[in-house]
Amino acid sequence: MSTTNGNLLEVKDLRTYFELEEGTVKAVDGISFELKRGETLGIVGESGSGKSVTNLSIIRLIPSPPGKIVSGEILFDGQDILLLPEAAVRKIRGRRIAMIFQDPMTSLNPFMKISKQLMEMTQLHLGYTSARAYEHAVKMLETVGIPDARARVDDYPHEFSGGMRQRVMIAMALSCEPELLIADEPTTALDVTIQAQILELIREIKRETGTSIILITHDLGVVAGMTDHLIVMYAGKVFEQAPTKELFAVSANPYTKGLLRSVPDPLIAQGDLYQIPGLPPDVAHLPSGCPFAPRCERAQQICREEYPPFVRVNVDHHSLCHFAREVYEESLHERKF
Amino acid sequence: MGQSLLLRLMKEERPRHPDTEKSEPALTRLGTPREPVLSPGDPNIIHLGPELAIGEADVRSAELGEAVKGTSLWQDAWRRLLKNKLAVFGLVVVVLITIASIIGPFIVKKATGYSPDYIPTNDPGLTKSFPPFTAPDGSFSWTHPMGTDNAGRDQMARVLQGGQISLFVGIIATLVSLLIGVGYGAVAGYLGGRVDNILMRLVDVLYSLPYVIVVIVLLSMFRSQTARGQLILLFVALGSVSWLTMARIVRGQVLSLKNQEFVLAARATGVSTPRIIFRHIVPNTLGPVIVYATLTIPQVMLTEAFLSFLGFGVQAPLASWGSLASDGIQNIAIFPWQLVFPGVTMALTLFSLNFLGDGLRDALDPQMRKV
Repeated sequence: MSTTNGNLLEVKDLRTYFELEEGTVKAVDGISFELKRGETLGIVGESGSGKSVTNLSIIRLIPSPPGKIVSGEILFDGQDILLLPEAAVRKIRGRRIAMIFQDPMTSLNPFMKISKQLMEMTQLHLGYTSARAYEHAVKMLETVGIPDARARVDDYPHEFSGGMRQRVMIAMALSCEPELLIADEPTTALDVTIQAQILELIREIKRETGTSIILITHDLGVVAGMTDHLIVMYAGKVFEQAPTKELFAVSANPYTKGLLRSVPDPLIAQGDLYQIPGLPPDVAHLPSGCPFAPRCERAQQICREEYPPFVRVNVDHHSLCHFAREVYEESLHERKF
Repeated sequence: MGQSLLLRLMKEERPRHPDTEKSEPALTRLGTPREPVLSPGDPNIIHLGPELAIGEADVRSAELGEAVKGTSLWQDAWRRLLKNKLAVFGLVVVVLITIASIIGPFIVKKATGYSPDYIPTNDPGLTKSFPPFTAPDGSFSWTHPMGTDNAGRDQMARVLQGGQISLFVGIIATLVSLLIGVGYGAVAGYLGGRVDNILMRLVDVLYSLPYVIVVIVLLSMFRSQTARGQLILLFVALGSVSWLTMARIVRGQVLSLKNQEFVLAARATGVSTPRIIFRHIVPNTLGPVIVYATLTIPQVMLTEAFLSFLGFGVQAPLASWGSLASDGIQNIAIFPWQLVFPGVTMALTLFSLNFLGDGLRDALDPQMRKV
């Protein structure tokens, strides 16, 4: 496996726009990040903040038209995916970059047996014979903890529960031992107990195989224990980017702080739950200043007029805010108590 | 490196969770974490661990004892179809008429010596039309249960043989509509955009032509000398127009299916476009396709009858229900049985096919599941 400076994935200034009748929607607007082998990256943000579009861009699955990757580079193992021909990208999809989708109820083909869907991967990418692919499918189901896998492998998706379907999706994604696993809100559609099991499974798999993972979620609780680095997205832009521990401890962005405050803490009796005032902006009509300014508690005149800078407040810790340093200092101060 | 991951994952001894107790594996065989994932007091804690949760394993152990055999979609649909009396009636009649059409003419030939196109030329007393169950001398006879036609041919043998041709025309035209219509519609729907526009406008153009006239023009332009050649022309003509509605139906289905997540998931696993269309999407359209195909058969049969009635379809000595009826109508006042038998048989078949089609639609419709 050739590596260039240890990064499996480097995204540089990725911009994915959607040309709609009501204007250009800048779903992802200049996002950059790196992912080393064996690391887990979390991407957090509200609905519509561009998390999923980022990841669909990585494997070039943006519906086009209306979607278009306007600029940027996506270097996967040193190779710019955006410059590859479609056939070459198809060889990467599933084989080297696998995805787990949000809703396991709709992500499996209702008319295909589980075995067929699992076998397709290895037959397609690894050239397995159907007998070998079948055995592999059974093994993968056992790996992800489906009881009595051999008996269930020929079932149809509707005979599986939500949690089990998500396990099947994970088994499918892992069949070819991908180098990068993109999990797009893998637990959103599941209830809390199953959620914990699936997360534990992903964590286990990561420990066993050393796969790099991008975990997209809007649940801060999910990323807290799972990721090494964290990206907070808002309105298609990276608002804060930091190692997970640092971001939770000393956030340098008012939006991140707002997000952290909105998580209910069962250990502290609270009155009303905190919520960030206002609604996420319409990405088709962004104000000229900071996109978060209308909802920000500490917004000043400058926030409404000038686009904020991407400030480096610490090693590996960046924040998109006019007052990044001040917020960072504040967080450090709060932490002392 | 292929098997190493699996072997490692499959090992009986699972690696220990680093920050929980030493003896307990973090993940049981069924994948239920026994420990809270985060311990309280951790500064990063957002959610409590699921220590109070009931794992899937607890629920599952109950069902492991006796596995319930699930019913597939088709078993389900079949069961619902059997509950529908009209549909069952249709199915039985269609099956009986099909079997009778296939083997009937041989049996009639064996029993009475009359093949469908046999004209008893050596006996002038026999080359005229007898009523049903009547011998040439007017007494009761089993020889011609449906009587004979003007040339003295056995009407039952002809009706049965006409059934062969009518059903054959219906089935062939429907197969053509399945092959062309499904493929065409699926490709147009999935690719979308300009391709879809061009393909479907072509369908619109063909649709807007009055298709009976198209078929008549086709048939008269390429008029064939032999009866068999004329029959093949009829297949081509009917097949070439019967796929239009199918293409539209399938396109509509595919449009709604292609945005489903499982298609995205298939694309994300590197499946090629043709394979997505024909392996992943087309099977999902099967319900409406089957229903429409069942309803196409009677429609095409009716068109064939209509064309034969006008004299463009099947030529003598071959017979179809339409051509038999066409012959019969000329003598309706004197020899009503010449019209009644092919007419009633055809009507019965068409009714049955329509009942069957309706029954299938209800059986395959997910909205009807609960009923």
